[in-house]
Amino acid sequence: MRTSTPVSTTYSFAIPRAPQDAGRVRRRAFTARGKIAIGAVGVGLVALTLLSAPWLPLTDPNQIDPPQRLLPPLSPGHPLGTDELGRDLLSRLIWGGRLSLATGLAATAGALLIGLPLGLFSGYLRGATELVAMRLTDVVLAFPTILLAIAIVAGLGPSNLNAIVAGIVVGFPFYARLVMGNVLSLREREFVLAARSLGAPLGRVLGVHVLPNTLQTVVVGAAIDVGAKIIAMASLSFLGLGTQPPTADWGVMLASGREFVTTAPHLATLPGLGIFLSVGLLNLLADGVTERVSGRRDASWR
Amino acid sequence: MRRYLIRRLLLLVPLLLGVSLVVFLIMHLSPGDPAVLMLGQDATPAAVAKLRAELGLADPLPVQYVKWVGRIVRGDLGRSLWTSRPVFDEVLERFLATLLLTAASVCISVPFGIALGVAGAVARGTALDAGLTLLTIAGISLPVFWIGLVLMVTFSLHLGWFPALGMTSPAGGTSADVLYHLVLPAVTLAAPSLAIIARITRTSTVEALAQDYVRTAFAKGLPGRRVMLKHALNNGLIPVITVVGLQVGQLLGGAVLTETVFAWPGLGTLLVRGILARDFPLVQGAVLVVATLFVLVNLLVDLSYAYIDPRVHHV
Repeated sequence: MRTSTPVSTTYSFAIPRAPQDAGRVRRRAFTARGKIAIGAVGVGLVALTLLSAPWLPLTDPNQIDPPQRLLPPLSPGHPLGTDELGRDLLSRLIWGGRLSLATGLAATAGALLIGLPLGLFSGYLRGATELVAMRLTDVVLAFPTILLAIAIVAGLGPSNLNAIVAGIVVGFPFYARLVMGNVLSLREREFVLAARSLGAPLGRVLGVHVLPNTLQTVVVGAAIDVGAKIIAMASLSFLGLGTQPPTADWGVMLASGREFVTTAPHLATLPGLGIFLSVGLLNLLADGVTERVSGRRDASWR
Repeated sequence: MRRYLIRRLLLLVPLLLGVSLVVFLIMHLSPGDPAVLMLGQDATPAAVAKLRAELGLADPLPVQYVKWVGRIVRGDLGRSLWTSRPVFDEVLERFLATLLLTAASVCISVPFGIALGVAGAVARGTALDAGLTLLTIAGISLPVFWIGLVLMVTFSLHLGWFPALGMTSPAGGTSADVLYHLVLPAVTLAAPSLAIIARITRTSTVEALAQDYVRTAFAKGLPGRRVMLKHALNNGLIPVITVVGLQVGQLLGGAVLTETVFAWPGLGTLLVRGILARDFPLVQGAVLVVATLFVLVNLLVDLSYAYIDPRVHHV
């Protein structure tokens, strides 16, 4: 695919009251490749910063120093200031970011690990397996996502691990449905029929012929899902249902910073900015990838 | 259409049973004995056993479930452990506040989302389109509670334009006062859905504009505005209905976060309070009511979809 794809004339005349200048080629203001480049570099930088936390000259994120409490940003020794207990904000932001992103990734990975096989088998075997899988996902999808996650954590008890469990439960139907839809059409294709008629066992048909052909859809789906999961996990922490203080993640920091929005607004705004930046860059990357993979110039989003 | 309608209504029964089973299991497989919670840690084992029998907790789980569903059908959601009031009354009191907030958000996100999406599709490939794309990506990348917090700090703490918390002023209570309090929470809740709706609208409008019948309409010399309204949007907006419906439902969930930020006295704040107080009947009731509402909204959306696009129910 070229960097800048000219808009074909079929489209340009569809723009109401747009001047018809046939000779000029209009350039796309924002290409898929641009989105991928900015997104990938940004996500890489965020990941690098968070991963290198143990080697950065940071103070302990949980070290309390009451005399130094609520320092503004750019204070000596504390580049971003301190929170209500005198803990270094930069250190908490970086360590908290690690936990927030890791939690979101874990929930996504777990949902994928359950949803992918479920979709694969139910779509291929059909019959009772498909029926069970459909009804199972139907019931989960009958709840607003965040509400079911909240209910699950309420039942299991608030903790980071239970938040991940909740994220997996509410997240697996998305992958199951995605893969199922894909496999339903793949199983009728000639190369799958050929494999079956040659006597290939179920595992081989699925693993070698069906699974690889669903991966592209799954990767695109997961790219969009990760960001949503990071936000969902931070939301649970914000409500006091995920990571428990004093351990910091971005949701926890936002919740405790709320009480100081008048005196020290950076306590709540910076973790939010962290979420926005990392999820935004991820979504930009996902958007570019979707656009490229779908072969269309307009990514369709759920 | 009638057969489709009947089938969908019949499917509602197992779905709602499934929903109630999930809610029941979540609350009953959880660690912690409600009887101990109600009596406190130093209750005698005999007293705990007696209360367990009274609450029906000694029965096997399936029996408890059937009894529980039987009570729900009669409108009995149990009593709150915290206030000892019927959960049904607690939920009903808060229900209108959440409905008002959700409805107000729909009134913001749907018209603005569609307008921005169509604008992006029409201006496809221009700087305006790129800007709108970035804006929609930002919209789905922002946590609702952070948007709320930033709006609150800016517009009520610094500028003093809107009240920060609650639904009414201590002195007020008029509908104008409620509307005034509604602005910030409604905008907050609407933001992510607005972005998603704008996004889908743009994609499907672009697709509609590429159709042959749109080309024909242009070719026979119809003015652009007429082609857009009569030909492109008529079909281009059909997929948008599904997304709008889904978003309306998700708003009910997002309301939990928005209500927490703005101390809005709705189901969300009730739910969070119930969870933190380990008030299981209350949590169960609130979750069940919102989930049922969500299922009904989705059904309405599917039905209107089938009504608008006859291809759906012929499949």
